[in-house]
Amino acid sequence: MNILTARNLNKSFHKNVALKDLNLEIPKQSIFGLLGPNGAGKSTFIRIVNQIIHSDSGQIFINEKPLAPEHIGTIGYLPEERGLYKKMKVGDQLLYLAQLKGLSKKEAKTRIKAWLERFEAMEWLDKKVEDLSKGMQQKVQFIATVMHEPELIILDEPFSGFDPINANLIKDEILALREKGSTIIFSTHRMESVEELCDHIALINKAEKILDGEKTAIKEQFKSHIFEVNYTGSEITSNAQFELLSSVKRADGVNEAKIKISDDTSSNDLLMTLMNQSVSIVSFREEIPSISDIFIKLVQGDNVENKILA
Amino acid sequence: MSKIGLVIKREFESRVKKKSFLLATILVPLLFPAVLGGMVYFAIQEQKNAEQQTVYVVDEGNNLEFEDDKKYAFTNLNTDLETAKITFNESEAYALLYLPKMDLTDPAGMVLYAKKNPSLQASSYFENKIESQVRDKKLQASGISEEQLNDLKTNISLRAVNISETGEEKASSAGVAYGIAYAFSLLVYLFVLIYGNQIMQGVIEEKSSKIVEIIVSSVKPFQLMLGKVIGVASVGLLQFTIWVVLIFVLSTAVLSVFGLNPADMQSAQQSMSGMSNGMGGSDQESVEAIMSNPEINQMMQIVYDIPYVYYLSVFIFFFVSGYLLYGALFAAVGSAVDNVSDAQQFTLPITLPMIIGFFGTFMFVMPEPDGNVSFWLSIIPFTSPIAMMARVAFGVPTWELILSMVLMVVGFLLTIWIAGRVYRIGILMHGTKVNFKTLVKWMRTNA
Repeated sequence: MNILTARNLNKSFHKNVALKDLNLEIPKQSIFGLLGPNGAGKSTFIRIVNQIIHSDSGQIFINEKPLAPEHIGTIGYLPEERGLYKKMKVGDQLLYLAQLKGLSKKEAKTRIKAWLERFEAMEWLDKKVEDLSKGMQQKVQFIATVMHEPELIILDEPFSGFDPINANLIKDEILALREKGSTIIFSTHRMESVEELCDHIALINKAEKILDGEKTAIKEQFKSHIFEVNYTGSEITSNAQFELLSSVKRADGVNEAKIKISDDTSSNDLLMTLMNQSVSIVSFREEIPSISDIFIKLVQGDNVENKILA
Repeated sequence: MSKIGLVIKREFESRVKKKSFLLATILVPLLFPAVLGGMVYFAIQEQKNAEQQTVYVVDEGNNLEFEDDKKYAFTNLNTDLETAKITFNESEAYALLYLPKMDLTDPAGMVLYAKKNPSLQASSYFENKIESQVRDKKLQASGISEEQLNDLKTNISLRAVNISETGEEKASSAGVAYGIAYAFSLLVYLFVLIYGNQIMQGVIEEKSSKIVEIIVSSVKPFQLMLGKVIGVASVGLLQFTIWVVLIFVLSTAVLSVFGLNPADMQSAQQSMSGMSNGMGGSDQESVEAIMSNPEINQMMQIVYDIPYVYYLSVFIFFFVSGYLLYGALFAAVGSAVDNVSDAQQFTLPITLPMIIGFFGTFMFVMPEPDGNVSFWLSIIPFTSPIAMMARVAFGVPTWELILSMVLMVVGFLLTIWIAGRVYRIGILMHGTKVNFKTLVKWMRTNA
């Protein structure tokens, strides 16, 4: 079951196309990475989901129902550009934002207390936001995003501005929220956090989706079929099935080789061949492309292609 | 609570809780009676200290006779002008009036010498004196005896009375109407400007602190804008109410120090109506003192006849609607820019109609409340809150007032709609160079 389905979403600002026929399915309880270079249309999509702007055509369904104002309480949104009322006290501020999301005053107060205790920050309650450090402000902002226990949490660059310790804290909170049943959409450029947290990704470039699916499946799809083999003994030689890309002898006598296998062979075939070549293998590892590699490859390839077409 | 209610509440509370609000709310009413008290005090002092001032006259055979009065004593110097000038310079005299031998049919060449620039009042006072003397001379020349001449002099004071359609008679005074017109149009002007700017700053703050994107994910931009406009308006109304109450209480206190208090005025007014039957008088000495001066008495009658409820309700209507009209525009400007200094190019076109309304009120409405220009100024929504408030003080036909009010409602609905369309796009735009073309483009965009 999908928490969010987008069908043929189109949006343009005057002559600039921001989204073109975007179709997206975001499964429940997933951590969904929404990737793309600056200006690709990620923010436009997020703003449409948050009903800040409307699409020109196409539909969005939340839990199979068309997106409507009552979904505001279902969604928690942390925009990339963070901000709070500087002169307002933390407690008042959280209360205001929670009430806007539809929580009752009483319920909101209980939850604010619980969250601040969790972050060991009860003493912030009566402090003005401008008196807090940037990291503290970010935490307050995070609380404001998730306080109403939204089913769908949209985080735009959630870790920017956090030191590693606080980033980990937030990471744990995100995982805990997922455990409780929330779905998280992650919009980011930071590939390492995508690698670590996301189970699904979609890549948007120039208003169009160019890739989406489960992270593992995508990695499988973009495998380079290159193996890194460290060995000692005589030099490996290429044959019809294996191409030796490079082989460097290290100071300790171990050779580092990169071998590309052809499509119809498997890693087992390579191992067998190597063992027959009287070498002793120190390590054997398949090169798996990182999301970052895939991102760069696709976006750059896309741009080059477009340039040629243009 | 509805979302717009939440926004209003936040806007209201965040402003009312500020120290500057508390300070302004308390200080202004303190300042007002202080100024009033000061003015009354100095006016009384001046009257007490007012000495007769000497005016030397050099009359080269016109035989004009100037009677001394409270302000000036006239001394005829029977010398030539040059000697008189020296005498004048050595003396303490206020002025030297030189009247050369003149032809009564075409008097010319008179000069008023003074050590300081004589005030406009003083010179017109002397002009009047000379004119009446010349007139007397002319009348005498045509054969009217001195007795007849004295008989002609009458001192009158005109009491203006408005008769309403129902036949009710009310004392009126151009002076009082003028004062009320001045005060009300100034108040509307200042309030719209001050609170309009507050809205703009609030919007810019929300935009520059980037919180706006979080808010609009829960509230429609239009609701946010309207909530802000209404929230700030409630702050303004609260402040205004506190001011009125405090100023009234404190002014009463200050005035009673000088022996004038509303209770006295009340009885003065009652005995005023008694006086028209030839009776008059009151137990209180101070009141009797007032009673002895029919001018003050009449003034009080006028002050008590002011239809306060009517004025105040019209004022509140134009204050609120004028504020909504301009407030929405200020909100739109705030949404379009990234900081206050960028806002200037847009605030000018907004404040311009207000300034036109304000100065138009002084130049056209006050001197001629029923003139053509006054009519249009008080009908067109952008200037009407200021101009109509001034006209109301002089009395305005009901249909014109209703027309003005209806147009005002249409006007603010229109500006709120326009502002809402600019606002919803503007608040999400950062670092864009904005000009009027962009604003029009935003207005026409479907978000």
